Formats: sequence, C-alpha cells, structure tokens
Amino acid sequence: MTNPDSASQDASTPRQMSPEIAIADLQQTEDTSRRYYAAWWIGNQRVADLAAREALIAALRDETDRSPDGGYPLRRNAAKALGKLDDRAAVEPLIACLGCDDYYVRESAARALEALKDSRAIAPLVALLDGGVAAAVAVPGKPHLVQPYDAILEALGALNARDAIAAVEPFCQHETARVSYSAHRAMYQLTDETRYAEVLVQALQGKKLQLRRSALLDLGAIGYYPAARPVAETLAENSLKLISLQGILARVVREAGGDALSEQTVETLKLMDDLL
Amino acid sequence: MSVNEMTTSGTEAALELARAIAAVDAADSSLGMLRAVAALAQTRSTGAIVKLIEVLRYNNPGAAVAAVEGLVAIGEPSVLPLLELMDGYNYGARAWAMRALSQIGDPRGLSVLLEALVDFSLSVRRAAAKGLGSLLWEAVEPGQLDGMRGQILEALSQSLCDDEWVVRYASVVGLEGLAMGTIEFASAPGTELRDRVAIALQKVATADSEVAVSTRATLAVRNLAEAG
Repeated sequence: MTNPDSASQDASTPRQMSPEIAIADLQQTEDTSRRYYAAWWIGNQRVADLAAREALIAALRDETDRSPDGGYPLRRNAAKALGKLDDRAAVEPLIACLGCDDYYVRESAARALEALKDSRAIAPLVALLDGGVAAAVAVPGKPHLVQPYDAILEALGALNARDAIAAVEPFCQHETARVSYSAHRAMYQLTDETRYAEVLVQALQGKKLQLRRSALLDLGAIGYYPAARPVAETLAENSLKLISLQGILARVVREAGGDALSEQTVETLKLMDDLL
Repeated sequence: MSVNEMTTSGTEAALELARAIAAVDAADSSLGMLRAVAALAQTRSTGAIVKLIEVLRYNNPGAAVAAVEGLVAIGEPSVLPLLELMDGYNYGARAWAMRALSQIGDPRGLSVLLEALVDFSLSVRRAAAKGLGSLLWEAVEPGQLDGMRGQILEALSQSLCDDEWVVRYASVVGLEGLAMGTIEFASAPGTELRDRVAIALQKVATADSEVAVSTRATLAVRNLAEAG
C-alpha cells in the first residue's frame, strides 16, 4: 500500500532517494542542503552500510554548513542518524561531539549515545553535569540551559550508569520541570525505587499539556506498569498515551518470561484497545 | 404531566442547551473548555451535535474526548452530521470524528471508514481500523451482510501491513471484532471468514516485529479459539 506519510516528505524532494544516492549526496561538499537531507534520510531509513557510516562520521566534523547563530546543522543531523544505525564505531566520534560549541549538536550526540548503549559514553556524559544544579542555568538570549541536561540524564539512566547516581540525583530538584522529570526517570532506572517513578505519575496531573506529554513519554520509556491506568486517563492525545503504553507493555512482556499473555499483559492491551 | 408543564420543561431544555452552547463559545481556558463541553455533552440533545462536532477541531484533547462521548451517547442522530461535516477537517479532527463514528457503529459509516483506512494521518487510519470491526450488524440487511464483511476483511488484511505499528495493532483489533461478529450475527460463510481471520492473525502473532502488535494478535487468536 502507499505510505502517504513518506509521500509528503518526497514532495519536498526533487528525486527518488536510494542508499547509493544518499551516500553520494552526503560525500559531496558543494550542496549543503543535499548533504543535510541525505544525513536525515540515511538515519530514517537505517541504511546499514560502511560507506554511509563513514560519511556520517566525517560529517560530524563538518565546517561548511553553518547556521546564522553559529550552529552546525549537518553535524546535528549526522549525530541523530548515527544513533539509529546501531554501529559502535560511531561511539568515540559522538563522544567528541559532546564538546562541540553547538548545544544542539551536544544534545543530538547525547541522544545518539543513549541509543547506542555503550558504557564508554558514561564518563563523558557525567562530565557535562559538572557544577551540578547550581551551574545548570539558562544561557542568556537562548531558549535553553547551558547543557542539554534532559538528554544527558536520560542517557545515563538508559546506560544503567549506577556510578553516576550521586551526580544525577540532585537534578531531581531542578526548577525546570523537563529536567527534573528526566532526572526522576533516570533515578528510577538506576535504583529501581518506585518513589522516583511515582513523581512522574503525579506529573500526569500537571496543568500544562506539554509537561503531561513529557511525563507520558518518560513513563513509557521506563515501562512502569503501575502507571498504565493513570496514563490511559491522562488528558492528552491518544497517540501519545498509546506510545506510553507500548513502552509499558514491552517491559511487562519481557519480564513475564514465557507467559505470552500474563494478567498484566492483557490488562495493558485492554487499556490500549480503548484508546484506538 | 400536563401540557402546560411539558411546554415549560421543553422551553427550559432549549434554554439550557442555548446556555451550554454559549458557555463553550465563552470558554477562555482549556480546562474551562473541557468543563463546558462536558456539560454540553451531558444534555444528550440532538441540538448539541453541530457544536460538539465543531469542538473536535479545537486541538484540545480533553474537550474532544468529552465531545466524542457526547456524540456517541446521542448515537444514531450524530451519524449523518459527522459524515457531512467530515470534509475539510484537519487530521486531528478527522481522527476524533472517526472515533465517534467507530464507536456508534452505524453501518452507514462503512464507506467513510474504508476510505479512512488509507488516510495520510495515522490516527485516522487507527480509529477507522478499529471501527470497521465493530459495526452494528443488526442494522444491516441480511442480503448485504456477507458482501460488507468481505470488503472489511480485504481492507483490514491490507492494513495489517501498515508502516505504523499502531495501525497494525488497530487492524488486529478490527479483525478480531469482525470475526467475533460472525458468531453473534451468523451468516453462511461465517466459519470460513473466521478461519481466514484466524490464519491472518496467527501470522501476525509470529511475524510482526513490534511486540505490542504480535502480543495483541496472540490474544486475539486465543479469544477467537475460546469463542468457538
């Protein structure tokens, strides 16, 4: 069947894409917009190819594609794509990106390192938390803090960085809700203590839709089964609630071992059915 | 009740409806909107239908849930307005309208639901896939039953291969509902249709790469086996 979601992307693309074309587009250096699109495309299509990987890693050091505020758009896209390729060869180059001047490159690199699940990333990620909550302030004139704390904290949780607990825990008190949620999410993963997850369940009652959405995704990411019903009852889009329950279900099924249809599994499926 | 009292209560109902509609128009916060829409839905009045459908366009998920609940509770009278006002919706509103049509289950929604199965928006496809499994067969002429079911089976078998896991999931739910319906509202080829659904779902249970989809298919296969 046709897939109109990708058809709409094709509308903005002059020609049919293929892995070969995308790699060639990424390797050339004359047309920055073609390189930018090719990096996105390779990640989105999960092109598992040595040449694609090499071209993306080279793009992490690109100097030609600069945004008006001094950012590196191509590097951001290349980092995101490498997070989707599941190739450990990208780990060290991505770690190097954690030192990039561009906040968004650091954010993309942190998220990619989370996806690649390689413990070499732990120490460099913890280093970005230096100075703790006191140093985690807004950059004047920018819509973000000095570091992409949410991405860093979430990566440390996913990487099971138990040695980082002391560095992560204080961020539970950060005044930015999004950062505090990420810290709670990580602390739950690192300690298994339900009190951290329960804070996220409470956040489903928050006044702002954007924060309720955040909490939904956090609870899905940690697969916290006691949140299943509160997730289903949150005032937010069904699409997001379904993604959250999908995460909860994945963990319930994993932990049920051979029991394909445990009571918790069936219960979660029932909640999902009602949201379709 | 005297004629006089009936007229009075009729006037009061009309006033209450007008006030409830005005309250939706006057709402100035998303929570206020949610409350106003819930109150309007509570009237269960056919006069509320057009406004409830309008609410589906407001990009306020809480209010949309309340509006859908109201439209479903009003039921059959909501179907034609939903079908007529469907064009030109943004995709969020179309998804909510599709949910309302799906839950009402009126067979007049069949062709709209079939079209929606290839909509560009995944939430529209999702709602349609589920709805196709729960049409109210008692409202269908017996002679048309098998043809309609065949169409639905065909369409949902295709959407089992959708790129989006949630659409595949909803298609599993839809097929399960379709097969279950043949037990309650039997038709001659019902057993054959159930077998075809069971085979399709068994394949999803073993082959779909998304855990949510394969697990839901496993449950559907078990439910169908238990239902006989």
